[in-house]
Amino acid sequence: MPLLEVRDLTVSFHTSDGLVQAVRGVSFDVEKGHTLGVVGESGSGKTVCTQTLLGLTPGADVSGQALFDGRDLLRMSPAELQRVRGARIAAIFQDPLSSLHPLYTVGWQIVEMIRAHRHIARSAARARAIELLDMVGIPQAASRVDDYPHQFSGGMRQRAMIAMALALDPDLIIADEPTTALDATVQAQVIELMTKLQTEFDTALIIITHDMGVIAETADEVMVMYAGKAVEKADRRTLFYFPHHPYTKGLLESIPGSTAAGERLRPIPGQPPSLISIPTGCAFHPRCQYVMDRCISEVPPLFDIAGGHTSACFLPTQILGLGEDVDRERASAAAAGRAENGAAARLAARATEEIETAGVHLPDAGVLAGAGMSDRSRGPRTSQNSPDDAGTQP
Amino acid sequence: MLRFLIRRTLTGLLVIWLISVVVFAIFFIAPPNVAFLLLGKFQASNQQLVEQVTAQLGLNKPIPVQYWNFLVRLLHGNLGYSYYSHEAVTTLIGRALPVTASLAIGAAIIWVVSGVLIGVLSATHPRSIRDRLATLFALTGLSFPTFVLGLILLFFLFYKLHLAGIDWFPGSGYVPLTQDPWQWFLHLILPWITLAVASMAVYVRLARGQMLEVLGDDYIRTARAKGLSETRVTFRHALRAALVPIVTQFGIDVATLLGGAIVTEQVFGLNGLGALSVSSVVNQDEPVIIAIVLLAAVFVVIANILVDILYAVLDPRVRLE
Ligand SMILES: Nc1ncnc2c1ncn2[C@@H]1O[C@H](COP(=O)(O)OP(=O)(O)OP(=O)(O)O)[C@@H](O)[C@H]1O
Ligand code: SF4
Ligand SMILES: [Mg+2]
Repeated sequence: MPLLEVRDLTVSFHTSDGLVQAVRGVSFDVEKGHTLGVVGESGSGKTVCTQTLLGLTPGADVSGQALFDGRDLLRMSPAELQRVRGARIAAIFQDPLSSLHPLYTVGWQIVEMIRAHRHIARSAARARAIELLDMVGIPQAASRVDDYPHQFSGGMRQRAMIAMALALDPDLIIADEPTTALDATVQAQVIELMTKLQTEFDTALIIITHDMGVIAETADEVMVMYAGKAVEKADRRTLFYFPHHPYTKGLLESIPGSTAAGERLRPIPGQPPSLISIPTGCAFHPRCQYVMDRCISEVPPLFDIAGGHTSACFLPTQILGLGEDVDRERASAAAAGRAENGAAARLAARATEEIETAGVHLPDAGVLAGAGMSDRSRGPRTSQNSPDDAGTQP
Repeated sequence: MLRFLIRRTLTGLLVIWLISVVVFAIFFIAPPNVAFLLLGKFQASNQQLVEQVTAQLGLNKPIPVQYWNFLVRLLHGNLGYSYYSHEAVTTLIGRALPVTASLAIGAAIIWVVSGVLIGVLSATHPRSIRDRLATLFALTGLSFPTFVLGLILLFFLFYKLHLAGIDWFPGSGYVPLTQDPWQWFLHLILPWITLAVASMAVYVRLARGQMLEVLGDDYIRTARAKGLSETRVTFRHALRAALVPIVTQFGIDVATLLGGAIVTEQVFGLNGLGALSVSSVVNQDEPVIIAIVLLAAVFVVIANILVDILYAVLDPRVRLE
């Protein structure tokens, strides 16, 4: 049985502008000790989807099911949910500065979390906090434990958040863009630390990002989200080498330095839709160069492709992967699905034109090397992790 | 931090000194006929007596000398004698100060604590009945002139109850705390409420606004994600952060306390600094007026320094600068 089993999760907000359908029927599983990567453009519902699991989206209309260890998170009483939060499911957020309370010391905030769930003495909790800070690579943890967040550097703050998340040895950590606010070099160190500790603690991890590079380094399974839906789900290898959905293909082609782009850096043309007025049929259709007639009127369900690989796209399920040959197959399959001068044909022509003009020529680079796509074996990692910096001294 | 405090204290002293000059200038350069006031209508026609009194008070000396004498006396804690009652000004103030201090401190505690509490409770449930009632209360409180509220309280809680044979609240007067704490408390309840309500309304709005803003902050989400109770999230995390701007506002409001106290003291027949300043202005009793103005200046300066210290205690980013 998976550790977390989310079924048909739907979340919407009533706003003065209208009903925001942030998450529209998303299902996924997270296995014990595994990492699920959730990727998608800004506004695709990644944050709402995961925060709803912890009851952190006040004012939302929620339906569906989220079985965690057999119990439905969405139907727990506030008191029950309180016991799960932090202790069994911990969270790490995007901006570690704004996510830590500016008026309490880092140590105080970790101690508070420990003592909210365990009946231990303050001094014991403090010793544990120092131990945790030391473990995540904070130098002189015994004295820095009394520092305020503003005295830490960005990388150290995120390390402190990681320490806090690990404090009670949770079964699952939800990391929402844990590195987006950090410098590139610090990003790599934080990701490395997270994956190392995750293996050590055998914690399951949901990592949310719009960076395919982060997915390549961390995820076992990947879920691609678009306009509040999961549009493609697969294990990491399959997703990177044999993507089916044109949106996933677009995400991969926009990684700088990947030959998936065929010497080109191609951002996905157009804007993600407003979640108040979502396009009919396939929500991606206004931006898709393979749009067919049925895409405008019919909502594509998640089709099974092979062994757990699913994709919500009407293109034939055997057309997988990247590169010009596959693209030609996609194009001809799409052409077959279009009336000569129909709306779909016009949309496709426009999307293709936009892609042509948006393409930026880049020098060739190694296959997906830029995305850090190297085979990662599970089990203890040998990589060293060094403190990113000493931080600002008070 | 220490340097900051020293600088604040020095500027505070400068402000007090400037005020002493201004006050001196206003009252001593263009004095009313002091001798006339002191001697009364009949004796004022006696030229010799007038000159004698003027010389006694040093009013015939050059103005800089007069100011110097004034300053020296001031530094010795001698504020002169009332032209009117001939009592030492320090004695008059010493009698009035405890009354006003009791009134002001009590009212400030009531308005800050209950204002903030009501604001917090309405912010945690925005647009609920409780929130709307708090808003209604705040608007009513703000639009009530202090003396009207005082009179209404007197009418219902003193006069009407008294007619009904219930004497819970005294209608006027003051009993020193040292003499009888319970009577002290009873005598001050109505004045406290009167003085507190208008300011309390300001704090309800302020606390509500601050709390609503803070409750949307990322670290509140973190606090909830840690598995803390909603009470702890509200008070230990959100209110703690909202407190900083509230304290700043309090520093500003302290200065206006005296103004409110004057009206309240009149309504409830309390012989505090408010009543003393009114009578001294009516009687043109300069030494008393000067003493009260200086006292108010010192009070405001000290209150501001205290607020700065409190600010630093509350916010480590200020403290550790
Ligand atoms: N409390 C709320 N009230 C109304 N709309 C909301 C609320 N929270 C989120 N939304 C909307 O839900 C949609 C999905 O937001 P979400 O934060 O989940 O996106 P995301 O995929 O995490 O994006 P990003 O990458 O920018 O973090 C957005 O359009 C957002 O405006
Ligand atoms: S081909 Fe159709 S179903 Fe597939 S992504 Fe494009 S628009 Fe959507
Ligand atoms: Mg997000």
